[in-house]
Amino acid sequence: MSMFKSGDILETIAMFTQENLDVRTVTMGISLLDCIDPDPRRACEKVYSKITAKAARLVPVVESISAEYGIPIINKRISVTPIAMLLGACPDADPVDFAKALDAAGKAVGVNFVGGYSALVHKGFSAGDARLIESIPRALAQTDIVCSSVNVGSTKSGLNMDAIRMMGRAVRAAAEQTADRQCIGAAKLVVFCNAPEDNPFMAGAFHGPGEPDCEIHVGVSGPGAVRAALAKLPKDAPIDQVAELVKRTAFKITRVGQLVANLASQQLGVPAGIIDLSLAPTPAIGDSVANILEEMGLEQCGCCGTTACLALLNDAVKKGGVMASNHVGGLSGAFIPVSEDAGMIAAAQSGCLTLEKLEAMTAVCSVGIDMVIIPGDTAAETISGLIADEAAIGMVNSKTTAVRVIPAIGRRAGEVLDFGGLLGYGPIMPVNTASCKTFIDRGGRLPAPMQALKN
Amino acid sequence: MKAFVTVIGHDTVGVIARVSGLCSQLNINVEDVTQSVLQGMFAMIMLVDLSACNVPHDEMHKAFARLAAEMDMQINVTRQEVFDAMHTI
Repeated sequence: MSMFKSGDILETIAMFTQENLDVRTVTMGISLLDCIDPDPRRACEKVYSKITAKAARLVPVVESISAEYGIPIINKRISVTPIAMLLGACPDADPVDFAKALDAAGKAVGVNFVGGYSALVHKGFSAGDARLIESIPRALAQTDIVCSSVNVGSTKSGLNMDAIRMMGRAVRAAAEQTADRQCIGAAKLVVFCNAPEDNPFMAGAFHGPGEPDCEIHVGVSGPGAVRAALAKLPKDAPIDQVAELVKRTAFKITRVGQLVANLASQQLGVPAGIIDLSLAPTPAIGDSVANILEEMGLEQCGCCGTTACLALLNDAVKKGGVMASNHVGGLSGAFIPVSEDAGMIAAAQSGCLTLEKLEAMTAVCSVGIDMVIIPGDTAAETISGLIADEAAIGMVNSKTTAVRVIPAIGRRAGEVLDFGGLLGYGPIMPVNTASCKTFIDRGGRLPAPMQALKN
Repeated sequence: MKAFVTVIGHDTVGVIARVSGLCSQLNINVEDVTQSVLQGMFAMIMLVDLSACNVPHDEMHKAFARLAAEMDMQINVTRQEVFDAMHTI
């Protein structure tokens, strides 16, 4: 006991029990490059066997670590090689068969999600890419736990505007084909610029071609713990003290993640990949990134000052977390998914938080326009325009950005869409409806910025 | 296999006796005990050794959860490594 202060012990217990501190996900990355086969049936069989073999013990081992150490671990997930890479070898295959194989394998081992129904097309399309993208809405409608992502741009290559045009349509179609299920298809689809190849978080997780055969990533969380720490700071404390406190708290949160990564890697006999230093909110009261910004001194998230507070938060989380972990990767930063964050939902409902302000916020934090529900009659070109704007922010600032919007088919701005569970619920946010169709219809490739020329 | 058992709630008669009684029943050795009042709440912290515990982890957690419900207090059993990671560099 002498080594520990009672205050430290009780602080940790309060973080776990009252402030929703948890390890958000343990994600096993599995390469499927050795499953490529010109016969699609054989390829799908290989995919199923490899996933169920590699991840057979993932769920029980993670659950036993959680029970043994007293650390809540919420999700167990799998990310795989972008399926478009397997599809290239079999030109006559129905891509959805691969999605079904992923779905079945994921269910067999008991994980929450399998990510990697993906294509990397930031510079152009190779064999399999266009077919995969066209099949995404159908794949998401016909499976339950498969997630899809497409990388449409990068700082080095510019933006693939043909892919951006396709993705506007894919997002709409994914919502339309699941209109009877709260348009859930679109909630499982992310469009990236500068997508990380080792991201453990859904829906954008995939296992990049430069990764090892199999590895374990951990995504930490804990907005509630950061907010609770800031609540104890006097309201007139200088902003430097706010940053310092966020760093200290992020350090503690991340060390828990690193401990879980070490244990999982050891017990599964799989190398540890990265820790994703993230503040991922949940709809639970108090577990909100918006509430942290409000604790810093904003009346409500979305008001003037929001972008500055978020910039501080995002940076301090990284500074605190980086010393607490061996390898940092994934998205690493504060997430601002609207429907998964009670404070963001309230701010969107009151009209304080708008889509335009969210876009500004994405310039200083990880990810982007995430879990935003938009009117059901939003045109595909308008969604493409939104994707192009976000991708441009990521491209110019050498950072990851993404779009995950859900067109609420048959509903209008101001109404509510409820997904239930971790995906939460949210008001339908109005979108600027002036047309960008001529711009989107041009297609082509938006040139890479000067920032690309670093060599 | 050291762990901290934390017991938090309104103070009642026999808290130490009942929690250490359960430890003894599960063959968990109590190595140190401290108690304090934090923001009006009673908090007891026990350092225990789980290596000779006679039931699996999930059953042990269930036994403590049952006792917590009976006593209307919050009981957590958390391995020492977690606190090591969070509070030491």
